[in-house]
Amino acid sequence: MADLFDGIWWSGYVWPTLITILLILCIMIPIMLSVAYLTLAERKVIGWMQLRKGPNVVGPFGLLQPIADALKLLMKETIIPAGANPVLFLIAPMLTFVLALIAWAVIPFSDGMVLADINVGVLYLFAISSLGVYGIIIAGWASNSKYAFLGALRSAAQMVSYEVSIGFVIVTVLLCVGSLNLSDIVRSQAGGGFWNWYFLPLLPMFVVFIISALAETNRAPFDLPEAEAELVSGYNVEYSAMAFALFFLGEYANMILMSGMTVVLFLGGWLPPVDAQPFTWIPGPIWFAIKIAFVLFIFLWVRATFPRYRYDQLMRLGWKVFLPLSLFWVIATAGFLVAFDLLPHSMN
Amino acid sequence: MAFAGFMFYIFAAICVACGVMVVTSRNAVHSVLFLILAFFNAAGLFVLIGAEFLAMILVVVYVGAVAVLFLFVVMMLNVNFTELRRGAKNYVYVGATLGGILFLELAIVATSWTLGPQMSAITLGPVVGAVSNTRSIGQVIYTDYVYLFQGASLILLVAMVGAIVLTLRQRAGVKKQVIADQVSRSSKDELIIVKVDSGSGI
Repeated sequence: MADLFDGIWWSGYVWPTLITILLILCIMIPIMLSVAYLTLAERKVIGWMQLRKGPNVVGPFGLLQPIADALKLLMKETIIPAGANPVLFLIAPMLTFVLALIAWAVIPFSDGMVLADINVGVLYLFAISSLGVYGIIIAGWASNSKYAFLGALRSAAQMVSYEVSIGFVIVTVLLCVGSLNLSDIVRSQAGGGFWNWYFLPLLPMFVVFIISALAETNRAPFDLPEAEAELVSGYNVEYSAMAFALFFLGEYANMILMSGMTVVLFLGGWLPPVDAQPFTWIPGPIWFAIKIAFVLFIFLWVRATFPRYRYDQLMRLGWKVFLPLSLFWVIATAGFLVAFDLLPHSMN
Repeated sequence: MAFAGFMFYIFAAICVACGVMVVTSRNAVHSVLFLILAFFNAAGLFVLIGAEFLAMILVVVYVGAVAVLFLFVVMMLNVNFTELRRGAKNYVYVGATLGGILFLELAIVATSWTLGPQMSAITLGPVVGAVSNTRSIGQVIYTDYVYLFQGASLILLVAMVGAIVLTLRQRAGVKKQVIADQVSRSSKDELIIVKVDSGSGI
Protein backbone atom coordinates (compact mmCIF):
# COMPACT_ATOMS: atom_id res chain seq x y z
CA MET A 1 0.00 0.00 0.00
CA ALA A 2 2.95 2.29 0.58
CA ASP A 3 3.54 2.41 -3.19
CA LEU A 4 0.13 3.93 -3.70
CA PHE A 5 1.06 7.04 -1.78
CA ASP A 6 4.48 7.27 -3.35
CA GLY A 7 5.62 10.61 -4.76
CA ILE A 8 5.31 9.54 -8.41
CA TRP A 9 1.80 8.19 -7.99
CA TRP A 10 0.64 11.34 -6.25
CA SER A 11 2.37 13.95 -8.40
CA GLY A 12 2.11 11.99 -11.67
CA TYR A 13 -1.50 10.82 -11.63
CA VAL A 14 -3.68 11.95 -8.73
CA TRP A 15 -2.71 15.62 -8.57
CA PRO A 16 -3.04 16.31 -12.34
CA THR A 17 -6.42 14.52 -12.35
CA LEU A 18 -7.67 16.67 -9.48
CA ILE A 19 -6.46 19.86 -11.20
CA THR A 20 -8.12 18.83 -14.47
CA ILE A 21 -11.40 18.11 -12.69
CA LEU A 22 -11.21 21.55 -11.06
CA LEU A 23 -10.56 23.19 -14.44
CA ILE A 24 -13.46 21.28 -16.00
CA LEU A 25 -15.74 22.58 -13.24
CA CYS A 26 -14.44 26.11 -13.88
CA ILE A 27 -15.60 25.77 -17.51
CA MET A 28 -18.80 23.79 -16.89
CA ILE A 29 -20.42 25.87 -14.17
CA PRO A 30 -20.30 29.16 -16.13
CA ILE A 31 -21.64 27.31 -19.19
CA MET A 32 -24.57 25.85 -17.23
CA LEU A 33 -25.33 29.30 -15.82
CA SER A 34 -25.11 30.83 -19.31
CA VAL A 35 -27.48 28.16 -20.61
CA ALA A 36 -29.96 28.93 -17.83
CA TYR A 37 -29.84 32.66 -18.50
CA LEU A 38 -29.80 32.19 -22.29
CA THR A 39 -33.32 30.74 -21.98
CA LEU A 40 -34.37 33.85 -20.05
CA ALA A 41 -32.60 36.15 -22.54
CA GLU A 42 -34.35 34.38 -25.40
CA ARG A 43 -37.78 34.89 -23.89
CA LYS A 44 -37.01 38.49 -22.97
CA VAL A 45 -35.52 39.45 -26.36
CA ILE A 46 -38.32 37.82 -28.33
CA GLY A 47 -40.80 39.44 -25.98
CA TRP A 48 -39.38 42.90 -26.62
CA MET A 49 -39.31 42.30 -30.37
CA GLN A 50 -42.98 41.32 -30.25
CA LEU A 51 -43.93 44.26 -27.97
CA ARG A 52 -44.47 42.02 -24.93
CA LYS A 53 -42.72 42.10 -21.58
CA GLY A 54 -41.48 38.52 -21.42
CA PRO A 55 -41.17 36.71 -18.06
CA ASN A 56 -41.31 39.33 -15.30
CA VAL A 57 -43.03 37.68 -12.34
CA VAL A 58 -40.44 35.41 -10.68
CA GLY A 59 -37.87 37.65 -9.02
CA PRO A 60 -36.86 41.16 -10.13
CA PHE A 61 -37.28 41.50 -13.94
CA GLY A 62 -37.99 37.74 -14.01
CA LEU A 63 -34.34 36.99 -13.15
CA LEU A 64 -35.25 33.90 -11.09
CA GLN A 65 -37.38 32.40 -13.88
CA PRO A 66 -34.68 29.91 -15.12
CA ILE A 67 -34.23 28.61 -11.56
CA ALA A 68 -37.97 28.15 -11.16
CA ASP A 69 -38.10 26.28 -14.50
CA ALA A 70 -35.20 24.04 -13.51
CA LEU A 71 -36.84 23.21 -10.15
CA LYS A 72 -40.11 22.41 -11.91
CA LEU A 73 -38.38 19.99 -14.29
CA LEU A 74 -36.46 18.38 -11.41
CA MET A 75 -39.63 17.72 -9.40
CA LYS A 76 -41.56 16.10 -12.25
CA GLU A 77 -41.76 12.38 -12.89
CA THR A 78 -39.64 10.81 -15.65
CA ILE A 79 -42.08 8.78 -17.71
CA ILE A 80 -40.81 5.96 -19.91
CA PRO A 81 -43.42 4.93 -22.51
CA ALA A 82 -44.46 1.26 -22.41
CA GLY A 83 -43.39 0.59 -26.03
CA ALA A 84 -40.07 2.41 -25.73
CA ASN A 85 -36.62 0.86 -25.62
CA PRO A 86 -35.78 1.93 -22.05
CA VAL A 87 -31.96 1.80 -22.20
CA LEU A 88 -31.61 3.78 -25.44
CA PHE A 89 -34.47 6.04 -24.39
CA LEU A 90 -32.43 7.17 -21.37
CA ILE A 91 -29.03 7.15 -23.11
CA ALA A 92 -30.16 9.60 -25.83
CA PRO A 93 -30.61 12.73 -23.64
CA MET A 94 -27.41 11.97 -21.74
CA LEU A 95 -25.52 11.67 -25.03
CA THR A 96 -26.86 15.00 -26.28
CA PHE A 97 -25.91 16.72 -23.05
CA VAL A 98 -22.44 15.17 -22.73
CA LEU A 99 -21.55 15.94 -26.36
CA ALA A 100 -22.64 19.54 -25.91
CA LEU A 101 -20.24 19.86 -22.97
CA ILE A 102 -17.09 17.92 -24.01
CA ALA A 103 -16.57 20.11 -27.06
CA TRP A 104 -15.67 22.99 -24.73
CA ALA A 105 -12.40 21.25 -23.84
CA VAL A 106 -10.63 22.79 -26.84
CA ILE A 107 -12.18 26.28 -26.90
CA PRO A 108 -9.54 28.93 -26.04
CA PHE A 109 -10.96 31.56 -23.69
CA SER A 110 -7.80 33.64 -23.79
CA ASP A 111 -4.18 33.24 -24.89
CA GLY A 112 -3.13 29.96 -23.25
CA MET A 113 -6.39 29.69 -21.31
CA VAL A 114 -7.59 26.38 -22.75
CA LEU A 115 -8.18 22.98 -21.15
CA ALA A 116 -6.69 20.86 -23.95
CA ASP A 117 -4.51 22.73 -26.44
CA ILE A 118 -4.52 19.97 -29.07
CA ASN A 119 -3.15 20.34 -32.58
CA VAL A 120 -6.33 19.22 -34.32
CA GLY A 121 -8.71 21.37 -32.28
CA VAL A 122 -10.91 22.37 -35.22
CA LEU A 123 -11.33 18.77 -36.33
CA TYR A 124 -12.20 17.75 -32.75
CA LEU A 125 -14.93 20.41 -32.65
CA PHE A 126 -16.20 19.33 -36.05
CA ALA A 127 -16.21 15.66 -35.01
CA ILE A 128 -18.07 16.33 -31.76
CA SER A 129 -20.66 18.53 -33.43
CA SER A 130 -21.24 15.86 -36.07
CA LEU A 131 -21.93 13.34 -33.28
CA GLY A 132 -24.74 15.51 -31.92
CA VAL A 133 -27.15 13.94 -34.40
CA TYR A 134 -27.02 10.60 -32.56
CA GLY A 135 -28.73 11.89 -29.44
CA ILE A 136 -31.66 13.02 -31.58
CA ILE A 137 -31.88 10.00 -33.87
CA ILE A 138 -31.61 7.52 -30.97
CA ALA A 139 -34.27 9.45 -29.06
CA GLY A 140 -36.58 9.36 -32.05
CA TRP A 141 -36.16 5.65 -32.58
CA ALA A 142 -36.25 4.59 -28.92
CA SER A 143 -39.45 6.54 -28.25
CA ASN A 144 -41.34 4.17 -30.56
CA SER A 145 -43.60 7.00 -31.70
CA LYS A 146 -44.27 8.20 -35.24
CA TYR A 147 -43.93 11.91 -34.44
CA ALA A 148 -40.64 11.43 -32.63
CA PHE A 149 -39.28 9.21 -35.39
CA LEU A 150 -40.22 11.65 -38.16
CA GLY A 151 -38.57 14.48 -36.23
CA ALA A 152 -35.42 12.43 -35.76
CA LEU A 153 -35.17 11.49 -39.45
CA ARG A 154 -35.63 15.09 -40.52
CA SER A 155 -32.98 16.19 -38.10
CA ALA A 156 -30.48 13.54 -39.21
CA ALA A 157 -30.82 14.52 -42.87
CA GLN A 158 -30.63 18.21 -42.03
CA MET A 159 -27.53 17.98 -39.84
CA VAL A 160 -25.64 15.74 -42.28
CA SER A 161 -26.45 18.16 -45.14
CA TYR A 162 -25.33 21.33 -43.41
CA GLU A 163 -22.21 19.73 -41.94
CA VAL A 164 -20.82 19.60 -45.48
CA SER A 165 -20.96 23.36 -45.98
CA ILE A 166 -19.66 23.97 -42.44
CA GLY A 167 -16.72 21.73 -43.30
CA PHE A 168 -15.88 23.76 -46.41
CA VAL A 169 -16.19 27.05 -44.51
CA ILE A 170 -13.73 25.72 -41.92
CA VAL A 171 -11.37 24.67 -44.72
CA THR A 172 -11.42 28.24 -46.12
CA VAL A 173 -10.44 29.64 -42.73
CA LEU A 174 -7.76 26.98 -42.29
CA LEU A 175 -6.25 27.93 -45.66
CA CYS A 176 -5.68 31.44 -44.31
CA VAL A 177 -4.33 30.21 -40.95
CA GLY A 178 -2.14 27.24 -41.79
CA SER A 179 -2.89 25.40 -38.56
CA LEU A 180 -5.69 23.27 -37.09
CA ASN A 181 -5.07 24.62 -33.58
CA LEU A 182 -7.84 26.94 -32.36
CA SER A 183 -5.43 29.22 -30.46
CA ASP A 184 -3.33 29.60 -33.63
CA ILE A 185 -6.48 30.54 -35.55
CA VAL A 186 -7.14 33.38 -33.11
CA ARG A 187 -3.48 34.44 -33.00
CA SER A 188 -3.35 34.74 -36.79
CA GLN A 189 -6.13 37.36 -36.54
CA ALA A 190 -4.15 39.49 -34.06
CA GLY A 191 -2.62 42.92 -34.69
CA GLY A 192 -4.75 45.65 -36.23
CA GLY A 193 -8.08 45.26 -34.48
CA PHE A 194 -11.19 44.05 -36.23
CA TRP A 195 -9.79 44.78 -39.71
CA ASN A 196 -7.69 41.65 -39.30
CA TRP A 197 -10.54 39.35 -38.29
CA TYR A 198 -11.61 36.84 -40.90
CA PHE A 199 -15.25 37.96 -41.13
CA LEU A 200 -14.25 40.84 -43.44
CA PRO A 201 -12.12 39.08 -46.08
CA LEU A 202 -14.30 35.96 -45.90
CA LEU A 203 -17.66 37.74 -45.55
CA PRO A 204 -19.71 35.32 -47.73
CA MET A 205 -18.30 32.36 -45.78
CA PHE A 206 -19.14 34.10 -42.51
CA VAL A 207 -22.78 34.40 -43.60
CA VAL A 208 -22.86 30.77 -44.79
CA PHE A 209 -21.39 29.67 -41.47
CA ILE A 210 -23.95 31.56 -39.37
CA ILE A 211 -26.86 30.16 -41.40
CA SER A 212 -25.42 26.63 -41.32
CA ALA A 213 -24.91 26.98 -37.57
CA LEU A 214 -28.63 27.76 -37.25
CA ALA A 215 -29.42 24.60 -39.22
CA GLU A 216 -26.89 22.50 -37.31
CA THR A 217 -28.36 23.46 -33.93
CA ASN A 218 -31.95 22.99 -35.18
CA ARG A 219 -32.83 26.60 -34.49
CA ALA A 220 -35.45 28.72 -36.21
CA PRO A 221 -35.93 29.15 -39.19
CA PHE A 222 -34.62 25.57 -39.58
CA ASP A 223 -36.32 24.06 -36.51
CA LEU A 224 -38.13 21.45 -38.60
CA PRO A 225 -37.21 18.52 -36.31
CA GLU A 226 -39.37 20.05 -33.59
CA ALA A 227 -41.95 21.78 -35.75
CA GLU A 228 -44.83 22.20 -33.31
CA ALA A 229 -47.44 22.54 -35.99
CA GLU A 230 -46.96 19.20 -37.73
CA LEU A 231 -44.84 17.07 -35.37
CA VAL A 232 -46.19 18.21 -31.96
CA SER A 233 -42.64 18.65 -30.68
CA GLY A 234 -40.56 16.27 -32.78
CA TYR A 235 -37.95 13.91 -31.38
CA ASN A 236 -38.48 14.86 -27.73
CA VAL A 237 -42.26 14.50 -27.67
CA GLU A 238 -42.21 11.44 -25.36
CA TYR A 239 -39.71 12.91 -22.90
CA SER A 240 -40.55 14.45 -19.57
CA ALA A 241 -38.84 15.92 -16.50
CA MET A 242 -35.02 15.66 -16.32
CA ALA A 243 -34.68 13.69 -19.57
CA PHE A 244 -36.40 16.55 -21.38
CA ALA A 245 -34.33 19.07 -19.44
CA LEU A 246 -31.11 17.39 -20.63
CA PHE A 247 -32.23 17.75 -24.27
CA PHE A 248 -33.12 21.37 -23.60
CA LEU A 249 -29.79 22.11 -21.89
CA GLY A 250 -27.90 20.27 -24.63
CA GLU A 251 -29.60 22.29 -27.37
CA TYR A 252 -28.80 25.60 -25.71
CA ALA A 253 -25.24 24.56 -24.82
CA ASN A 254 -24.82 23.66 -28.50
CA MET A 255 -26.03 27.13 -29.47
CA ILE A 256 -23.42 28.71 -27.21
CA LEU A 257 -20.80 26.34 -28.59
CA MET A 258 -21.58 27.20 -32.22
CA SER A 259 -21.43 30.90 -31.29
CA GLY A 260 -18.05 30.26 -29.67
CA MET A 261 -16.90 28.53 -32.85
CA THR A 262 -18.07 31.49 -34.94
CA VAL A 263 -16.18 33.87 -32.66
CA VAL A 264 -12.97 31.83 -32.81
CA LEU A 265 -13.08 31.34 -36.58
CA PHE A 266 -14.32 34.75 -37.72
CA LEU A 267 -14.50 37.30 -34.92
CA GLY A 268 -11.02 37.15 -33.46
CA GLY A 269 -11.67 35.08 -30.32
CA TRP A 270 -10.34 36.84 -27.24
CA LEU A 271 -8.84 39.80 -29.16
CA PRO A 272 -10.17 43.34 -28.54
CA PRO A 273 -11.84 45.01 -31.55
CA VAL A 274 -9.39 47.90 -31.55
CA ASP A 275 -5.76 47.27 -30.64
CA ALA A 276 -5.47 50.45 -28.53
CA GLN A 277 -5.36 51.57 -24.91
CA PRO A 278 -8.88 51.54 -23.41
CA PHE A 279 -9.89 48.34 -25.24
CA THR A 280 -6.82 46.32 -24.29
CA TRP A 281 -7.49 46.93 -20.57
CA ILE A 282 -10.47 44.57 -20.71
CA PRO A 283 -9.22 40.97 -20.32
CA GLY A 284 -9.58 38.42 -23.16
CA PRO A 285 -12.26 36.14 -21.66
CA ILE A 286 -14.58 39.16 -21.29
CA TRP A 287 -14.19 40.07 -24.97
CA PHE A 288 -14.79 36.43 -25.84
CA ALA A 289 -18.00 36.41 -23.77
CA ILE A 290 -19.20 39.71 -25.27
CA LYS A 291 -18.69 38.40 -28.81
CA ILE A 292 -20.47 35.12 -28.00
CA ALA A 293 -23.37 37.14 -26.56
CA PHE A 294 -23.52 39.15 -29.80
CA VAL A 295 -23.69 36.02 -31.99
CA LEU A 296 -26.31 34.52 -29.65
CA PHE A 297 -28.35 37.69 -30.05
CA ILE A 298 -28.29 37.08 -33.83
CA PHE A 299 -29.66 33.56 -33.16
CA LEU A 300 -32.53 34.99 -31.11
CA TRP A 301 -33.12 37.86 -33.53
CA VAL A 302 -33.45 35.41 -36.43
CA ARG A 303 -35.90 33.30 -34.44
CA ALA A 304 -38.14 36.30 -33.78
CA THR A 305 -37.94 37.48 -37.41
CA PHE A 306 -38.17 34.62 -39.92
CA PRO A 307 -40.88 32.05 -40.60
CA ARG A 308 -39.95 28.36 -40.67
CA TYR A 309 -38.49 26.90 -43.87
CA ARG A 310 -40.26 24.15 -45.76
CA TYR A 311 -38.33 20.86 -45.85
CA ASP A 312 -37.57 20.84 -49.59
CA GLN A 313 -36.44 24.49 -49.41
CA LEU A 314 -34.11 23.56 -46.56
CA MET A 315 -32.51 20.75 -48.56
CA ARG A 316 -32.28 22.95 -51.66
CA LEU A 317 -30.51 25.69 -49.71
CA GLY A 318 -28.03 23.23 -48.21
CA TRP A 319 -27.13 21.21 -51.29
CA LYS A 320 -27.78 23.52 -54.23
CA VAL A 321 -26.74 26.90 -52.81
CA PHE A 322 -24.35 26.54 -49.88
CA LEU A 323 -22.40 23.53 -51.10
CA PRO A 324 -21.46 24.98 -54.54
CA LEU A 325 -20.87 28.43 -53.03
CA SER A 326 -18.57 27.20 -50.27
CA LEU A 327 -16.76 24.83 -52.65
CA PHE A 328 -16.18 27.70 -55.08
CA TRP A 329 -14.94 29.90 -52.24
CA VAL A 330 -12.45 27.25 -51.08
CA ILE A 331 -10.96 27.14 -54.59
CA ALA A 332 -11.06 30.94 -54.97
CA THR A 333 -9.34 31.49 -51.62
CA ALA A 334 -6.70 28.88 -52.35
CA GLY A 335 -6.08 30.39 -55.79
CA PHE A 336 -5.83 33.89 -54.36
CA LEU A 337 -3.40 32.82 -51.63
CA VAL A 338 -1.20 30.93 -54.08
CA ALA A 339 -1.27 33.68 -56.73
CA PHE A 340 -0.19 36.40 -54.30
CA ASP A 341 2.14 34.10 -52.35
CA LEU A 342 0.22 34.68 -49.11
CA LEU A 343 0.06 31.04 -47.99
CA PRO A 344 1.08 30.70 -44.33
CA HIS A 345 4.38 28.83 -44.05
CA SER A 346 5.56 29.48 -40.53
CA MET A 347 3.45 27.15 -38.41
CA ASN A 348 3.77 23.38 -38.65
CA MET B 1 3.52 5.08 -20.41
CA ALA B 2 1.73 2.78 -17.98
CA PHE B 3 -1.36 4.91 -18.32
CA ALA B 4 -1.23 4.73 -22.14
CA GLY B 5 -0.96 0.94 -21.91
CA PHE B 6 -3.93 0.81 -19.58
CA MET B 7 -5.95 2.98 -21.97
CA PHE B 8 -4.91 0.76 -24.89
CA TYR B 9 -6.35 -2.31 -23.19
CA ILE B 10 -9.57 -0.47 -22.35
CA PHE B 11 -10.07 0.81 -25.92
CA ALA B 12 -9.05 -2.50 -27.49
CA ALA B 13 -11.27 -4.57 -25.19
CA ILE B 14 -14.33 -2.37 -25.81
CA CYS B 15 -13.59 -2.37 -29.55
CA VAL B 16 -13.46 -6.18 -29.74
CA ALA B 17 -16.50 -6.58 -27.50
CA CYS B 18 -18.44 -4.17 -29.72
CA GLY B 19 -17.36 -6.10 -32.79
CA VAL B 20 -18.78 -9.28 -31.26
CA MET B 21 -21.99 -7.49 -30.31
CA VAL B 22 -22.41 -6.13 -33.86
CA VAL B 23 -22.60 -9.71 -35.14
CA THR B 24 -24.59 -11.27 -32.31
CA SER B 25 -27.17 -8.70 -31.27
CA ARG B 26 -30.73 -9.50 -32.35
CA ASN B 27 -31.78 -5.95 -33.16
CA ALA B 28 -30.23 -4.43 -36.28
CA VAL B 29 -30.34 -0.92 -34.80
CA HIS B 30 -28.38 -2.14 -31.78
CA SER B 31 -25.85 -3.67 -34.19
CA VAL B 32 -25.28 -0.32 -35.89
CA LEU B 33 -24.96 1.45 -32.53
CA PHE B 34 -22.34 -1.08 -31.41
CA LEU B 35 -20.56 -0.56 -34.73
CA ILE B 36 -20.45 3.17 -33.97
CA LEU B 37 -18.99 2.47 -30.53
CA ALA B 38 -16.36 0.25 -32.17
CA PHE B 39 -15.41 3.08 -34.58
CA PHE B 40 -15.17 5.44 -31.66
CA ASN B 41 -12.81 3.16 -29.74
CA ALA B 42 -10.71 2.65 -32.85
CA ALA B 43 -10.36 6.44 -32.97
CA GLY B 44 -9.16 6.25 -29.36
CA LEU B 45 -6.50 3.74 -30.42
CA PHE B 46 -5.36 6.12 -33.17
CA VAL B 47 -4.99 8.90 -30.61
CA LEU B 48 -2.85 6.62 -28.44
CA ILE B 49 -0.32 6.02 -31.24
CA GLY B 50 -0.18 9.77 -31.90
CA ALA B 51 -2.20 9.80 -35.13
CA GLU B 52 -4.72 12.38 -33.92
CA PHE B 53 -5.57 13.60 -37.43
CA LEU B 54 -6.60 10.10 -38.54
CA ALA B 55 -8.58 9.67 -35.31
CA MET B 56 -10.59 12.83 -35.89
CA ILE B 57 -11.17 12.03 -39.57
CA LEU B 58 -12.37 8.56 -38.56
CA VAL B 59 -14.91 10.12 -36.21
CA VAL B 60 -16.01 12.80 -38.70
CA VAL B 61 -16.36 10.52 -41.71
CA TYR B 62 -17.39 7.14 -40.33
CA VAL B 63 -19.22 8.03 -37.13
CA GLY B 64 -20.55 11.44 -38.19
CA ALA B 65 -21.67 10.65 -41.73
CA VAL B 66 -21.48 7.02 -42.89
CA ALA B 67 -22.90 5.43 -39.74
CA VAL B 68 -25.72 7.99 -39.62
CA LEU B 69 -26.80 6.82 -43.07
CA PHE B 70 -26.50 3.16 -41.96
CA LEU B 71 -28.70 3.91 -38.99
CA PHE B 72 -31.10 5.79 -41.21
CA VAL B 73 -31.48 2.85 -43.60
CA VAL B 74 -31.72 0.19 -40.89
CA MET B 75 -34.38 2.14 -39.00
CA MET B 76 -36.42 2.77 -42.17
CA LEU B 77 -36.19 -0.75 -43.63
CA ASN B 78 -37.40 -2.53 -40.49
CA VAL B 79 -35.85 -5.85 -41.54
CA ASN B 80 -36.58 -8.81 -39.29
CA PHE B 81 -33.13 -10.25 -38.79
CA THR B 82 -34.24 -13.16 -36.58
CA GLU B 83 -36.27 -14.37 -39.55
CA LEU B 84 -33.19 -14.20 -41.77
CA ARG B 85 -31.07 -16.09 -39.24
CA ARG B 86 -33.43 -19.05 -38.92
CA GLY B 87 -31.42 -21.50 -41.04
CA ALA B 88 -28.03 -20.19 -39.98
CA LYS B 89 -27.10 -23.31 -37.99
CA ASN B 90 -26.99 -25.43 -41.17
CA TYR B 91 -24.07 -23.39 -42.42
CA VAL B 92 -22.02 -23.51 -39.22
CA TYR B 93 -19.55 -26.15 -40.49
CA VAL B 94 -18.88 -24.43 -43.82
CA GLY B 95 -18.46 -21.07 -42.07
CA ALA B 96 -16.19 -22.52 -39.40
CA THR B 97 -13.98 -24.18 -42.04
CA LEU B 98 -13.64 -20.95 -44.04
CA GLY B 99 -12.98 -18.94 -40.88
CA GLY B 100 -10.39 -21.47 -39.75
CA ILE B 101 -8.54 -21.29 -43.07
CA LEU B 102 -8.55 -17.48 -42.94
CA PHE B 103 -7.30 -17.49 -39.36
CA LEU B 104 -4.53 -19.94 -40.25
CA GLU B 105 -3.41 -17.76 -43.16
CA LEU B 106 -3.44 -14.67 -40.97
CA ALA B 107 -1.42 -16.47 -38.31
CA ILE B 108 1.17 -17.59 -40.91
CA VAL B 109 1.50 -14.06 -42.27
CA ALA B 110 1.68 -12.48 -38.83
CA THR B 111 4.32 -14.85 -37.47
CA SER B 112 6.59 -14.77 -40.53
CA TRP B 113 6.40 -10.99 -40.88
CA THR B 114 9.74 -9.25 -40.39
CA LEU B 115 10.47 -5.59 -40.45
CA GLY B 116 13.61 -3.83 -41.61
CA PRO B 117 15.86 -2.45 -38.86
CA GLN B 118 14.87 1.18 -39.55
CA MET B 119 11.17 0.34 -39.67
CA SER B 120 11.10 -1.28 -36.24
CA ALA B 121 12.60 1.89 -34.80
CA ILE B 122 9.90 3.98 -36.49
CA THR B 123 6.94 1.84 -35.52
CA LEU B 124 7.86 1.74 -31.83
CA GLY B 125 5.92 4.85 -30.93
CA PRO B 126 4.64 8.20 -32.09
CA VAL B 127 7.24 10.34 -33.78
CA VAL B 128 7.67 13.41 -31.66
CA GLY B 129 9.30 15.98 -33.84
CA ALA B 130 8.97 19.28 -35.59
CA VAL B 131 6.44 18.02 -38.13
CA SER B 132 2.88 17.43 -36.93
CA ASN B 133 1.10 14.39 -38.31
CA THR B 134 -1.49 16.53 -40.11
CA ARG B 135 1.29 18.12 -42.13
CA SER B 136 3.07 14.84 -42.80
CA ILE B 137 -0.15 13.18 -44.04
CA GLY B 138 -0.74 16.16 -46.32
CA GLN B 139 2.84 15.87 -47.58
CA VAL B 140 2.42 12.18 -48.40
CA ILE B 141 -1.04 12.45 -49.99
CA TYR B 142 -0.67 15.68 -51.94
CA THR B 143 2.99 15.53 -52.90
CA ASP B 144 4.18 11.93 -53.18
CA TYR B 145 0.95 10.18 -54.16
CA VAL B 146 -1.12 13.02 -55.61
CA TYR B 147 -2.15 11.20 -58.82
CA LEU B 148 -3.19 8.04 -56.98
CA PHE B 149 -5.15 10.12 -54.50
CA GLN B 150 -6.92 12.10 -57.23
CA GLY B 151 -7.58 8.85 -59.10
CA ALA B 152 -9.23 7.34 -56.03
CA SER B 153 -11.42 10.41 -55.60
CA LEU B 154 -12.43 10.26 -59.29
CA ILE B 155 -13.49 6.63 -58.85
CA LEU B 156 -15.65 7.66 -55.88
CA LEU B 157 -17.15 10.48 -57.94
CA VAL B 158 -18.03 8.06 -60.74
CA ALA B 159 -19.64 5.71 -58.21
CA MET B 160 -21.68 8.59 -56.82
CA VAL B 161 -22.85 9.74 -60.24
CA GLY B 162 -23.72 6.14 -61.09
CA ALA B 163 -25.82 5.75 -57.95
CA ILE B 164 -27.68 8.97 -58.72
CA VAL B 165 -28.30 7.95 -62.35
CA LEU B 166 -29.64 4.55 -61.25
CA THR B 167 -32.08 5.97 -58.72
CA LEU B 168 -33.20 9.08 -60.59
CA ARG B 169 -36.60 8.77 -62.19
CA GLN B 170 -38.64 11.45 -63.86
CA ARG B 171 -42.22 11.34 -62.73
CA ALA B 172 -44.97 13.14 -64.54
CA GLY B 173 -47.19 15.56 -62.69
CA VAL B 174 -44.74 16.57 -59.95
CA LYS B 175 -45.01 20.22 -59.03
CA LYS B 176 -41.64 21.83 -58.46
CA GLN B 177 -40.98 25.25 -57.06
CA VAL B 178 -38.75 27.50 -59.17
CA ILE B 179 -37.14 29.76 -56.60
CA ALA B 180 -36.12 32.41 -59.18
CA ASP B 181 -39.77 32.79 -60.27
CA GLN B 182 -40.86 33.10 -56.66
CA VAL B 183 -38.30 35.75 -55.86
CA SER B 184 -39.01 37.79 -58.99
CA ARG B 185 -42.74 38.00 -58.28
CA SER B 186 -43.98 41.48 -57.45
CA SER B 187 -47.24 42.77 -56.07
CA LYS B 188 -48.02 44.51 -59.38
CA ASP B 189 -48.36 41.20 -61.25
CA GLU B 190 -50.12 39.25 -58.57
CA LEU B 191 -52.44 41.66 -56.82
CA ILE B 192 -55.55 43.38 -58.21
CA ILE B 193 -57.36 45.93 -56.09
CA VAL B 194 -61.01 46.10 -57.02
CA LYS B 195 -63.66 48.40 -55.69
CA VAL B 196 -66.87 46.43 -55.51
CA ASP B 197 -70.28 48.02 -55.35
CA SER B 198 -72.32 46.34 -52.68
CA GLY B 199 -74.74 43.78 -54.06
CA SER B 200 -73.20 43.57 -57.56
CA GLY B 201 -70.27 41.17 -57.12
CA ILE B 202 -67.26 40.99 -59.40
